[in-house]
Order: sequence, then structure tokens, then C-alpha cells
Amino acid sequence: MGKLAKSPWLLHYDGSSCNGCDIEVLACTTPVYDIERFGIINTGDPFQADILLITGGINSQSESVVKQIYSQMPDPKVVVAVGICACTGGVFKECYNIKGGVDTVIPVDVYVPGCAARPQAIIDGVAQALEILQEKRVAYKQQKKGPKEDTK
Amino acid sequence: MGILPVLIGWPVLMAAVVPFIKSVRTRSIAVYMGSGGVMALAAAFLAAWLLGGAPVTVFYKETEILNHCMLGAELFLMGLIVYLSIKHRKYPVILLSVGQTALLFWSEFTHPAAPAEHMKVDSLSMLMCVIVAFVGGFICIYAVGYMKAYHQHHTEYKDRSGFFFSMLFLFLGAMLGLVLSENLIWMYFFWEITSVISFLLIGYTRTEEAVHNSFRALWMNLLGGLGFAIAIAVAASTLGSAQLGDVVKAGSVIPIAMLALAGLTKSAQLPFSSWLLGAMVAPTPSSALLHSATMVKAGIYLLIRLAPALAGTITGTMVSLIGGFTFIAASAMAIAQNDGKKVLAFSTVSNLGLIVACAGIGAQETIWAGVLLMIFHAVSKSMLFQAVGSVENSLGSRDIEDMHGLLLRMPKLTYIIGIGIAGMYLAPFGMLISKWAALRAFVDAGNFLLVLFLAYGSAMTMLYWTKWLSKLVSMHHTKATVKDITRKDQYLSMFVHSACMLLLCLLFPAVETLVANPIIYELFGSANEVLSMSVVTTMTIMLVSVLFVPVTMFLVTRSAHRVYVPIYMSGANEGDNTYFVDSYGEPRHLYLSNWYLRFQFGMRRLMLPAEILSAGVLLVMLCMIIGGAI
Amino acid sequence: MIQTISVVAYLLLAPFLGAFLDGLDRILSARMQGRKGPPFLQPFYDIGKLFSKQMLAVNNAQLFLNLCYLIFLAVAGCMLFAGADILMCLFILSTADMFLIMAASSDSSPYATMGAGREMIQMMAYEPLTLLLAVGFYLATGSFQVTDIIHMPQSAVILLPGILLGFFFITAIKLRKSPFDLSTSHHAHQEMVKGLTTEMAGPTLAIMNIAEYYEIVLMLGIVALFFVNENWWSWPLAIAVCLILYFLEILWDNVSARVKWKTLLSSCWIVTLLAGGLNILILMLVR
Repeated sequence: MGKLAKSPWLLHYDGSSCNGCDIEVLACTTPVYDIERFGIINTGDPFQADILLITGGINSQSESVVKQIYSQMPDPKVVVAVGICACTGGVFKECYNIKGGVDTVIPVDVYVPGCAARPQAIIDGVAQALEILQEKRVAYKQQKKGPKEDTK
Repeated sequence: MGILPVLIGWPVLMAAVVPFIKSVRTRSIAVYMGSGGVMALAAAFLAAWLLGGAPVTVFYKETEILNHCMLGAELFLMGLIVYLSIKHRKYPVILLSVGQTALLFWSEFTHPAAPAEHMKVDSLSMLMCVIVAFVGGFICIYAVGYMKAYHQHHTEYKDRSGFFFSMLFLFLGAMLGLVLSENLIWMYFFWEITSVISFLLIGYTRTEEAVHNSFRALWMNLLGGLGFAIAIAVAASTLGSAQLGDVVKAGSVIPIAMLALAGLTKSAQLPFSSWLLGAMVAPTPSSALLHSATMVKAGIYLLIRLAPALAGTITGTMVSLIGGFTFIAASAMAIAQNDGKKVLAFSTVSNLGLIVACAGIGAQETIWAGVLLMIFHAVSKSMLFQAVGSVENSLGSRDIEDMHGLLLRMPKLTYIIGIGIAGMYLAPFGMLISKWAALRAFVDAGNFLLVLFLAYGSAMTMLYWTKWLSKLVSMHHTKATVKDITRKDQYLSMFVHSACMLLLCLLFPAVETLVANPIIYELFGSANEVLSMSVVTTMTIMLVSVLFVPVTMFLVTRSAHRVYVPIYMSGANEGDNTYFVDSYGEPRHLYLSNWYLRFQFGMRRLMLPAEILSAGVLLVMLCMIIGGAI
Repeated sequence: MIQTISVVAYLLLAPFLGAFLDGLDRILSARMQGRKGPPFLQPFYDIGKLFSKQMLAVNNAQLFLNLCYLIFLAVAGCMLFAGADILMCLFILSTADMFLIMAASSDSSPYATMGAGREMIQMMAYEPLTLLLAVGFYLATGSFQVTDIIHMPQSAVILLPGILLGFFFITAIKLRKSPFDLSTSHHAHQEMVKGLTTEMAGPTLAIMNIAEYYEIVLMLGIVALFFVNENWWSWPLAIAVCLILYFLEILWDNVSARVKWKTLLSSCWIVTLLAGGLNILILMLVR
């Protein structure tokens, strides 16, 4: 595992969740699951986060917010949709105010279905996100190097 | 030394001429010439004195006619005060004024002092002369541009600029006379003139508040003047001399205590601080000149002169206690102020308190620290006042809250304020080194209370300056643009001040050996090394780091590639950094306020207890001193 | 010669030492909470990651001010480890902190400004004791010079127990430990996002973290100053005491909740007055 995978920091955002998945996300930080074992910190600040973890579907209120905090995260970054609502909109999909899953506004890398998603599933999803993060990092590095090599 | 009467006479002459010039253009030129003249004369005076080997010289032994003129002028001043007091129905002031003039006349006629030299030039008075002439001269130049903008901005006040400049020049003359006087009666004469000028300038706008504040300043300063008169009367009747040097040498208790009281009122120490705070209603140049850079230093000057006689006496303890207490109390109250000029006023009072405390201890190290504090304070405070005044003219407000992001709106003025603030409290500017020396001297003097006052007071000083500074550097882009209407002459003065500040910082060891040490030597007859070599080395490291680290880092980071994103407002930014979406879905302007801790440190909460406490200490200790002496 | 070595050693090793101590802190904290905690080298992974991230910024001043913070902290530490004047070292330390405050306020953002305001209050809370600390050393040893202080025949702590107690108190502020982690916190549960560091991303945050590692070592260096004397055995003793004190700070961090600023200010000032002030008073009286 590379640098990024050893120190992924989380930003947890509640799109329009019923709070079921949120409780499970918080459960991950408790002694039983202890995600800090993997160096994961729940930061709450997009500027310092690598993984955007969203619960609940996206409604018209939260759409701009999600877009904005996603734009405030430094590259490379990944998005994990936790719970069936975040994946597809779930039972709220047909509501007048729900746009659907997270992927309707920003690109999602890992889907963690479940209602609510179990902590084990969430941790597994984050672990998969780490691999994608690593790939993105390599791509980002090459992209950063790319223009420089051209000038040479 | 033949230049001396010219040096004092020139500003007085200018004061007499300026109000009669009606054309604004001509008057401006006259003011430039006047201030240039004062500076040139002071420079010539300094050069002549230095070429002569910087001797302590005394002169003007026989001044019969001049003395009579002064008594006449004294009566005129009294008449003026009585007239204005009756006009504004402030009758108690008459009592103070008449009382001290009568006392002086009584002592003059019943105990005529033996003829002695009336004036004296030594390092301390020379330093004061240079400060008064140069800081004062540049403030006068600044005032030309400022007053134009002031009256465009405040059309509700009558334009009395001619009178204003006349008073500024008269003040310069009086102040130069004050610091060069050795005879107490002469000194008293100039002292009274500065009090009256301060009174007249505070009342410049003639609003109700201004008149009220000006009378408060007057009665407090007259109280000090009364102390001065008592000191003269007692000294003349017991010592048979009205020479400051004789009084200090004889160490006579009552005159020294009374002179110290006069010094405390003049330098606005608690319980007399309120006059200086009220004085901020006056136009900014007078605040810079009289109420921060020079006139209040007259009190300090007197106390430093008295310092050898204060060391280890109960009067000295009183002075240092009052000074230390003022330092901490004024620093605390400065935290709760959001008016830029008020912060500067409180900071002035608190710094004067520190210098007074240094003078009260009366040890060589403390006087060393006090003198350096005085130099740095004069320059940086005058600069800060001018910059805040200019900001007020352009911005229409001197509220620190309105200075949010000033760096982007008025960069030049912000840099000047920044240098001034850094000079007031950051390492390694002189203020801090002097504080370092003062702390050590307080410990050596075994004064526990002063050590505590300094420790807590510095922490509070840190807070109010840092929060002002952080307000200035906020990178807040607003759509409202401000036009900088500061004129060239204003900038000239401020640039000279900031250059001077940086030079003083760079040349600190030289300032210390060439200015502070001779003063100590003349006051005490010997001079210890205050700054050891290792401290100088340390200071050099600090200086290099403070001046060069930011510059280097700026150059290093300037070219760094960055991707700019909006600030974090929980994702609710309205497209930029100035608006966000509130809970009604409406855009709302972002407003960020500083901390003022009003309920803890507010003036309303602290001023009265501080005044009562200090007045109590002052009264009890004065009773002890006078009782002990009788 | 020794001076140069110790300064160079400080400059090169302090970040590593600080990071090791931070790693230890995180494991210990986790164990105290009944968790396993991150790997010991986690702080290094974090710093490495932060440097590899994209450079996001909200203005062009923050990086510069943050770098100034780092350099000034390093200078302050160098002065301590070079055996220079301790009072000057503490003055530089507060200058450094001032740059951090400016870095945060330059964002002009709600959370960072709030954090900066709290940091100022914290500064005001700990400042009196730092001055009293220098005065205490001066009274105990007759000099502000660190070289003189460490060559005394007996440890300064014998005369300065109150000051040490007070210093323990303010170290909690400097290390951003509960109950005094008002301006920004190492824990996830900050009530105002990340406070002071909210807009610091990637390399900027890494600089801030490195500066904090310098600061940890500097603070522990001052603690060691209380114990080091001319005897060789005082050095291991000082290191042991530093580690114990660091452990106590972690313990305190984990057993207490964050306080409000009023409590912070009044408790710090009262402790400073009672522990530090009384200590100084007694020293002045017996002198």
C-alpha cells in the first residue's frame, strides 16, 4: 500500500439520510471496529479529506452543497456512497425533492448498499476505496509530471 | 548656543503668523516652512551641541525682564481659563487656576529664588528636543493634508484650521521650552501653556462632547499644575532655590512628591487617565502630537528627571505602583475597544504606565528601559495615529471592524499600520527589548507586584494588537471599493516615520550606546552595561529572522502553484467568499467580528474600580509622604 | 561546538522526535479508549500523504504565513538548544504563534476566524506564565541564559516547583490537548470543523504539523531545563521526567472534556498566579 492508502482521512456528509447509516458510520469509530487502526480519521473538513463518504440520497437542497464540498477536496480523492439511498435514492427515489443517488451529482467510486449499511460493509467499502485512491494517486502524479516532461 | 532662542522663537512666530493667512494654499506653504524650519533648527542645534562635545551646559542666569513677561503671560492664561470657565459654566476650574497662579505669585514675591541658570542642555533634553522637533514637525506637515480632508468629510464643524495650526506651532515652542528649562518656574510656565493648548485643541469641534472632554482634561492638568505650584512654593521657601537639579539633589520630599503628582496627571496615569481618552474627540494630528507622541511625554520627562531622587523612596514606590497598575488596567480595557483611536489611546496610557513604573523604580536599568520605550513609543504611536486618521478620512470610519481586509483595499496604509503595530509589541522591535530590560530590572529591584503587572499586562497587550493585525490581513474581497484620499504630504510624514521605525530597530545597539547610555551617565554619574554582548547576538538573530524570514518565505511561496477554491462555509457559499445561503434560502453577507470580551474587560466594568483603587492608593501614599515629611 | 551540534540536531531531529511522540500519543490515547489505535509510524504516513496531495488554497498568503510560523518555531527552538536567552526564546515563540493566527485569519472564513480568535485567547492565557517562567529561572540561577541554567550545581526545579506545575498547565494549551484544545483539535469532535486549520489543505497542513512537532520538542526541552544540572545523571532524569509529563498530558487529554474560553482563561490565570506567582514571591522574599 502506498502513502495515501495508509492515511486516508474521511469526510462524512449526510445528504438526506434517515440517520440510520450515519449511526453505523459513527459505529465504525468505536472501539469495536476502530477504523483508526487503518490510519483513518474522521476529519469533517473537506480541505483535509481524501474520502468523501455520503449517506442518504441527494435532494435539491443538498445538491449544490455536495458539489461544493467535493470541489473543495484536494486531488486525489474518492467518493463512497453508503447505504442504498446514497447508491440509488432507495425508497425515497420517487419523492418530489429527491434527485436520486450520489452519482447524479458527483462521480462515485464505491457503492456500499444496505439499509442501513453494516459497519463491516462500510469498512470494506472504504478499503476498496483505498485501492482506487492509490490508482488515482498514480494517475494524478503522472498528470502532474506530464506537462513538465513536455516542456523538457 | 545662541541658536536656542531662535529654536523656541521660530514656532512661536509661526503660531502668531499662521492664523492671519487666509489663503489655504499660502497657509499650507507657511506650515511646511514652519515645520521644516523647526526641524532644520533642531538639527542645527543638535549638530552644534554634538560638535561641542555634547556637554551639559546651563545658561540664562539673568532674565529679569523675561521673568516679568512670563508672570504677565501667566496672568493672561489664568484670565483666559477664567473667561472660558465662566462662559461654559465650569466654575470649579477657576478655583484651581486662580489658586495655583496666586501660589506662584506669592512664592515669587515672598521667597525670590537666588539667580540661577534657567535653561540646561543635556542628553535627555536633547533627545526630547529631537523627538519634539522631528515627530512634531512631520505631524504638522501631515496635518496640512489631513485638515483639508477632515473638513471635506466633516462639514458640520466650522473650519478653524488657521487656529489649529497656530496652536500646533505654539505647542512645539512650549514643548521645546519645557524640556530645556532647568528652572522650575520656567518649566511650570511652559507646562501650563501645553495644558491650555491641549484644552483648546480638544474643544476644537465645539460640540458638547468636545467641550465637556476638554474641561475634564483642563481640570486634571490644572490639578497637576497645582501640584507643580506647591512644589515650587515649598522648594523656594525651604531650599531657597527653584532649580530642578537642586530639588533632586536635595531630595526634599514634598516638592518631589508634588512634582511626581504633576507628572502623573500629565502622562494620564490612573486615576487621571480619562482625560486622555476623552481627548480622542480632537482631530487626529493633535491626538498624535499632544496626546501620544510628545505632550504626555512631558510627564515622563519630569519623572525621569526626578528618578535619581525617587529610587528607594516611598514616593518612588507610589509612582511605580501607579504606573504598573495603569499598565495592566489600561491594557485590559484596550481589549474591549473597537474604535481604532480608543485602542491607541488606551495603549498610550498603558505604555506610559510602563515608563512611569520604570521611572519610579529609579534604577539605572529601568531608566535605560524607560528612555528606549519612550523613543520607540513616540515614533510608532505617532505613525499609528496618522495612519488611523488617514484610514478614517478615506473609509469614513475608524472602527477596527470596518478595517476587515484593509490590506486589499488600502495596502499602503495597512503596511504602515502593520509596521507600527509590530513596533509596539513584536520581537525584536525596541519595545520588546525594553520590556525585557524592564522585567529584569523589576526582578532585581525585588518588586513582585510590578513583575506580575508586567506579565499579565503583556499578555493583554498581545491580544489587542494581534486581533487588530489579524483583522487587517484578512483576505476579504468585497465589491465596495474605497478611494484612498490620503494626500502626498500625509504619506511623506508616515513614510518617514516608518523608515525611522525600521532604522531604530536595525540600529538598536547604536541607539542604546549613543542615546540611552549618556542619559544614564548624566542622571546617575555612572552607567552599567545593560545589554550584554550575548543579548546583542541574540537580538541580531531575532532581527535577521524577523526581517528576512517573511521576505524569503514570501519570495519562495510566490511562485508556488496553487488551485484556488472558495473558503469553507459548510458548502453553503453563494458562489464567492462574501455571501452564503442562510436558512431561508436567501443570500446573506458574511460578517466576521473580532473578540472584544466586553463583559469581562469593558471600560464600563473596569474603569471605575480602577480609578477608585488608584485614587485610593495615591491619596493614602501622598498622605503618608507628606505626613512623614512634616 | 556543542551548541552547533545541538542546534543542528534540533533542526534535523526534532520533527522526527515530535512525530514519534505523536505516534506514541495516538496509540496511548487509543489504548486508553479501549481501541487498538493506528500504527506507530502513522504521523509519518500522514505527513507523506499531505505532501503528495494537491495544493488547494483560498488565498495566496496562507502558505507564506504558515511557513513563517514553522521557521519562527524552529528559530525559537534553536535559541533554546543553543543555550541563548530563554526570555527571548519565549518572545520568539509568541511571535511564531502570532503568524499562525494571521495565517488563519487571512482566510477570512467563519471557522478559521473563530479558531484564530480562540487561539488569541489561549495565547493570552498562557503568556503570563511564560514570562514568570523566565523570571523564575532568573531568580533561581541569576541568569536568563540557558547555558548558565544547565550548569547549576542543583536542578532548578527544587526552587521552582510551582512554576513547573503552572508550566504543566500551559503545556496542555501549547500541545492542543483537552481541556484546552479550543482553537483546533487533534480529535475528530471539534465543534467548529477544524478551527484554525480549516482551510489548510495538503502541504500547508503538513507544514503546520511539522511546526507542531518542533513545538512539542521545544516545550519538552523547557521541561528538561527544570531538571538538568551539571551532573551527568540529571540528563536521563530530565528525559524520564519529560516522558512522564508527556504521558500525564495524554492522560489529562483523555479524561477531560473541552472547556469554554472563560474557564480556560480564568483557570490558567489563577493557576499562574497561585502556582507561579507564589513561587516567585517566595523566591524574591528569600533572596
